[in-house]
Amino acid sequence: MQVNEYKPLIVAFCCNWCSYAGADLAGNNRLNYPADVKIIRVPCSCRVNPMFILRAFQRGADGVILCGCHPGDCHYTSGNYYTRRRMALLFSMLDYLGIEKERTRVEWVSAAEGAKFAATMNDFVETVAALGENKRLEDLRCKK
Amino acid sequence: MSQKNDRAKEQILKMSGVNPLKCMRCGKCSGTCPSYDEMEYHPHQFVYMVETGEIDKLMQSPSIYKCLSCFACVDRCPRGVEPAKLVEAVRLTVIRQKGMNHMTADSIPALLDDDLPQQAIVSAMRKYSK
Amino acid sequence: MKRIGVFVCHCGTNIAGTVDVKAVAEAMKHEPGVVFSTDYQYMCSQAGQEMIKAAVKEHRLDGIVVCSCSPRMHEATFRKTAAAAGLNSYMVEIANIREQCSWVHKEMPIGTEKAIILAKAAVAKVSLNAPLTPGESPVTKRALVIGGGIAGIQTALDIADAGFPVDIVETKPTIGGKMAQLDKTFPTLDCAACILTPKMVDVAQNEKIRIFSYSEVTDVKGFVGNFDVTIKRKARYVNETLCTGCGACTEKCPMKKVPNEFNLGMDNRHAVYIPFAQAVPKVATIDPNHCLMLKSGKCGLCSKVCGAGAIDYKAKDEFLEERYGAIVVATGFNPISMEKFDEFAYAQSKDVITSLELERLMNAAGPTGGTLLRPSDHQHPHTIVFVQCVGSRCEACAEKGKEYCSKICCMYTAKHAMLIRDKYPDTDVYVFYIDVRTPGKNFDEFYRRAVEEYGVHYIKGMVGKVTPENGVLKVQGSDLIDNRQLHIDADLVVLAAAIEPDKSARPLATMLTASMDTNDFFTEAHPKLRPVESPTAGVFLSGTCQGPKDIPETVSQAGAAASKVIGLLCKDKLLGNPCVAHSDEMMCNGCSTCEKVCPYGAITYEDKEFRMPDRTTKVRRVAKVNEAVCQGCGACTVACMSGAMDLKGFMNKQIMAEVDAICK
Repeated sequence: MQVNEYKPLIVAFCCNWCSYAGADLAGNNRLNYPADVKIIRVPCSCRVNPMFILRAFQRGADGVILCGCHPGDCHYTSGNYYTRRRMALLFSMLDYLGIEKERTRVEWVSAAEGAKFAATMNDFVETVAALGENKRLEDLRCKK
Repeated sequence: MSQKNDRAKEQILKMSGVNPLKCMRCGKCSGTCPSYDEMEYHPHQFVYMVETGEIDKLMQSPSIYKCLSCFACVDRCPRGVEPAKLVEAVRLTVIRQKGMNHMTADSIPALLDDDLPQQAIVSAMRKYSK
Repeated sequence: MKRIGVFVCHCGTNIAGTVDVKAVAEAMKHEPGVVFSTDYQYMCSQAGQEMIKAAVKEHRLDGIVVCSCSPRMHEATFRKTAAAAGLNSYMVEIANIREQCSWVHKEMPIGTEKAIILAKAAVAKVSLNAPLTPGESPVTKRALVIGGGIAGIQTALDIADAGFPVDIVETKPTIGGKMAQLDKTFPTLDCAACILTPKMVDVAQNEKIRIFSYSEVTDVKGFVGNFDVTIKRKARYVNETLCTGCGACTEKCPMKKVPNEFNLGMDNRHAVYIPFAQAVPKVATIDPNHCLMLKSGKCGLCSKVCGAGAIDYKAKDEFLEERYGAIVVATGFNPISMEKFDEFAYAQSKDVITSLELERLMNAAGPTGGTLLRPSDHQHPHTIVFVQCVGSRCEACAEKGKEYCSKICCMYTAKHAMLIRDKYPDTDVYVFYIDVRTPGKNFDEFYRRAVEEYGVHYIKGMVGKVTPENGVLKVQGSDLIDNRQLHIDADLVVLAAAIEPDKSARPLATMLTASMDTNDFFTEAHPKLRPVESPTAGVFLSGTCQGPKDIPETVSQAGAAASKVIGLLCKDKLLGNPCVAHSDEMMCNGCSTCEKVCPYGAITYEDKEFRMPDRTTKVRRVAKVNEAVCQGCGACTVACMSGAMDLKGFMNKQIMAEVDAICK
């Protein structure tokens, strides 16, 4: 095992009703995924302001993933549709700025899909780790 | 399960595009089949035998030539399993295995009889004209 | 600066097994604002909670972070603890170090490192928490039940029993629903009318219950506790209060050839009609599509014979507006159309019928007076074939069938077969089945009785084709166990048609903002733990509108829905979710963007006077959030261009702080 294995820093925004519960279910079923993923709970995926994602990249995150209820299943009826459209725009803008599309992702994970949550996180971490560190938007003044 | 032939099964599933696991064993295909009494293995058995991999038995059975390709089973299956497509795939496998066709396309017109369903003729043309 | 206390839970070895809890507690001591940090075996236990309360007092804490299991598990517990210690209950944040840390990671150093980061994020968030107080809204102590079948009747009776007024809205001229059309009920074989009609009379006589028959809900506004509902009372051209239900008009009406929908079109009724003898309310209704007077202005016979003077040809649809605290949906089901199943020849032969039609043919009040006769020639059938799962469990034919199991068919088919064999022992009865599904109290015993005592022939297989030929139905089917194809000459074929939700359900769901599944069944708030509540607060589900079910299940669900309604109506005030949107009116520019994205219509605008620096006043249009309606999704906060909108409990700066803490 390598000692200096590169560990990406992943911020995951999970909606309270589906994906956060899905993450809990992954825990209940003891489905492992890398500890690089840190989850922030939001009431709905549509609560995630693009500013939060920019801030994460600015502070040195290597990847950001947004998880919400499946289309049509939003607890607030239509929140995830807003997310889908907003993030399509934001991610293509970030891509233009040099944050590769692979570093950002929107996934639909229901409260019943613990296995999907773990699989998604494993896959996302692997993808981001393959890309290496994010340097593009990082604000060096934020580094200690 | 000495009869199991997983490779042939895989091949047949690929050719036919059928998923036998969708079958809920209702028997509507056999209830609807017009040449049921002619067959050694009936449509519902076909699905089951492909699922369990007993392909060799099917390939040796005359049943596969008794199917009229009328597609009544395909039309009425509540689960969309499409047994006739499996029969067709088994027939094709037999032909491919021998490495040659039973007959040439030219020999077909002489064999046609008026009572043959249109669909069977089309099937035959497709099968033998390659 | 906040005074924050951090409490790290071991959860036995659930957390402590992979996370060095002592190290986490130690690391937290150095976080800004943290004045106290400790760990304990079980934080959620009585002793753990007492420990938190003591620490709040001793260290004058004004913010609490509990590093434990998921907030979905114990957030409510620790909020109560905080409140008991004199803190605002929203000054608590949970770091989820069990489900999302110790249970998904295996190595101690990695788990510990992540737990520390999660705890830091929670500390960063709690230091920006503000005390929140849930808003209050009053509760209108009246319930609305939509649908007057057995589900709606039972719900209404139970709610009225608790002393609350209830209104039933029913689209048909009478309540009773599908159960009123049935003959006998399984598994006890008591007659449906004998057990249903007394309940219908109870409803009619109950002072707390009003029946709006021949009416529809056309609009719903408002929210839990205060729904404003518009009810359309369709013109029935008969004054309900004057009509005595004597039936004189229905006898004299010259329009005699209107298909009788109560008997599923198997006989005729008049243009003015009372659906059946025990109808509630027992009031005549004029069918405007067939009444001569209404269509051409020539006739007026019913008006002449009516002693009570109840006929009113000039009646118009009326709209009522009522306010309710709770709404129960009980819209029920219908059998699906058999027209598209060509193989069963339903459209070609009158002698191929559905099970519901058979109920009418066997009912003493039905078109044949209870004698089982073939619809085509009124002869007694000697061979009867039942086909199960027609359109049920039908995945491939979405345009004609349903993917789900309709649940009730196995039992009613066994009932029909048994009743026929009992009454006409000279009849041969065949039942083609795919599976016989009879879970339920005394259900399997019932089905076995049909086979063993009554000699019904159950055949594992399916009918492939029915061909009408010279008055005989040629049935071709498979017997899978005998491995042969069967050919039966039948006199009558009965199709167990799948059931589907009533067509009115989907528009109603839209009005109620209640969610539905792809089959148009209403979705429950939780499939196991909240089966009678819709995810929309204040909307409850009763009967088959939620999924296929039989009468015993419907009645128990109706009672359960009623108890939930009573629980709601007993409250004087409702506490809302305080995590709602809030607009900073100094920043709001009144652009209306937030109003457009709000799925609940919680945002309105008002013109407000502001004092300018030069002491003049200026009127500006600003957004205002109705806290009772807002559900706290936060869609508006992102849409807001001026950054005026924020979500309490999940404020922009709080989430930013979490991001910062994680990315540090």
